[in-house]
Amino acid sequence: MTLQQGAAAEIIRLTAVDLATKIKSRELSAVEATRTHLDRIADVDGEIHAFLYVDGERALASAGRVDAKIAAGEMVGPLAGVPLALKDILTYTGAPTTCGSKILEGWLPPYDATVTRRLLDHDIVILGKTNLDEFAMGSSTENSAFGPTRNPWDSDRIPGGSGGGSAAAVAAFEAPLAIGTDTGGSIRQPAAVTGTVGVKPTYGGSSRYGLVALASSLDQPGPCARTVLDAALLHQVIAGHDPCDSTSIDQPVPDVVGAARSADVAGMKVGVVSELGGEGYAPGVEQRFNEAVELLASLGAEIIEVSCPHFVYALPAYYLILPAECSSNLAKFDGMRFGLRVGDDGVASAEQVMAATREAGFGAEVKRRIIIGTYALSSGYYDAYYGQAQKVRTLISRDFDKAFADVDVLVSPSTPITAFKIGEKVDDPLAMYMNDLCTIPSNLAGNASASFPVGLAPEDGLPVGLQVMAPPLADDRLYRVGAALEAALESAWGGSLLDRLPDLGAVR
Amino acid sequence: MALTAVDVASLARLARIELSEAELEVLAPQLDVILESVARVSEVAAQDIPPTSHALPLTNVFREDELRPSLSREQVLSGAPAAEQLRFRVPRILGDEA
Repeated sequence: MTLQQGAAAEIIRLTAVDLATKIKSRELSAVEATRTHLDRIADVDGEIHAFLYVDGERALASAGRVDAKIAAGEMVGPLAGVPLALKDILTYTGAPTTCGSKILEGWLPPYDATVTRRLLDHDIVILGKTNLDEFAMGSSTENSAFGPTRNPWDSDRIPGGSGGGSAAAVAAFEAPLAIGTDTGGSIRQPAAVTGTVGVKPTYGGSSRYGLVALASSLDQPGPCARTVLDAALLHQVIAGHDPCDSTSIDQPVPDVVGAARSADVAGMKVGVVSELGGEGYAPGVEQRFNEAVELLASLGAEIIEVSCPHFVYALPAYYLILPAECSSNLAKFDGMRFGLRVGDDGVASAEQVMAATREAGFGAEVKRRIIIGTYALSSGYYDAYYGQAQKVRTLISRDFDKAFADVDVLVSPSTPITAFKIGEKVDDPLAMYMNDLCTIPSNLAGNASASFPVGLAPEDGLPVGLQVMAPPLADDRLYRVGAALEAALESAWGGSLLDRLPDLGAVR
Repeated sequence: MALTAVDVASLARLARIELSEAELEVLAPQLDVILESVARVSEVAAQDIPPTSHALPLTNVFREDELRPSLSREQVLSGAPAAEQLRFRVPRILGDEA
């Protein structure tokens, strides 16, 4: 390794906080930080395929502007000059937004998402757009029309989904920060299987404006990072009220950064959800989860077993509510105003062109869910399916309310199993849906939820995540627990989990 | 319940997706398994349970009705598959009998 390679290896391993500090003190320029990450992407993304689009020139130009601002003594954001990977379901003008779908291939959005706007306003450097399951439907990125992303821990395995690209980019040191969106676990499940941190804010905590909707009552953008404090700083940047999203909460953002810095769980009541464990959970997942819970107890938290009896109905309710909402949301992809149009031969009717366009443009999973949604919303079936699912949603929220009367947070494994092999579950949709077993209840109730790395499963050496769930607008508690675990685990391990990431292929 | 390929074809027509015969054959049994599994929601006796459509107890959100800048027509049409005379060009919308 040359001196230059050594410096590059050091830069890509820096936390976002340390990068920002060095950039602000002009020890390192934002341009150099950006170029180093672009080089890393060039080196490893052929193998990982975290990115669908990288615009190095534009990233370097915005990094240059950050350096100029700092040189001129202007005020800059707390993450100024730090590179970031944006999930390709949020609009960013000048770059294609594909949502991992052929129906939107090459589509250039005419406006920026609020999340994108806030990143840019805070001088964060956007490197490019990350891969995802088509329209965020999936748990593996195998449903992307542009090919799967690979898990940096083992390139034969899935990086989770839908936000597998964002999680893999962060885990593979292609970017210290990324943005994900979570509808049923699409931030937390990829975080768990890649050994990274992922947070789903309280529903309404961050704006959905410019996020291409999957299920409007569930979707929520949030931060992906390698450390808890980095995630908190990014959360602080993107969260807060947005008049452009009428479901956005008009209240101050919880003090997530202060909570991440305090890392104090002494006296905190932590509920272990008894329904989220046991049969179907990998032994290594349960082992690491139990060890982490014991660790929290040793740090002064009070551990209480909690029952949430309706959580067993969360998965079926979700797979009715989500398809119902997505079948209506995706009706706009009709080949008329944007995206693909197929079969417009001057003879075919608009309706025929729509049907041919949607047949050619949507992948198998999207079609499955649209058809399930259409079925669930049909007259005659509405009450038995969608109506009943909405009642289950009420019961799940009540389970949470009851639990949060006794405890400050709830914990569970983030996923029942570690990363599985690419191709293993593609022909079995129901088995694929099981990946979201633990993460879905928080989306249905709209509360705050996160996944933090707690080690590698002994049987396969793959990352395990612990999920923390907190009441609406108590997002700060997630960070308090996550930071406490991180500090204790890193001191026990003598470093971070990602220090154990195998070397990735190419060498410059 | 056993969802048939014919049922799926009619749902696909409602959803404006022109599925091929081969897709119908694959999808019908898959959808049947999924629907059978999600039907478990009916196990919860819940006559007196109010439905939740949304996580937040929001009522209508109002704002002042003020003029604000919007996208230009060129911007709006920039992603259109076909445009003519600053409008979206669409295939025929009326049947032959019309």
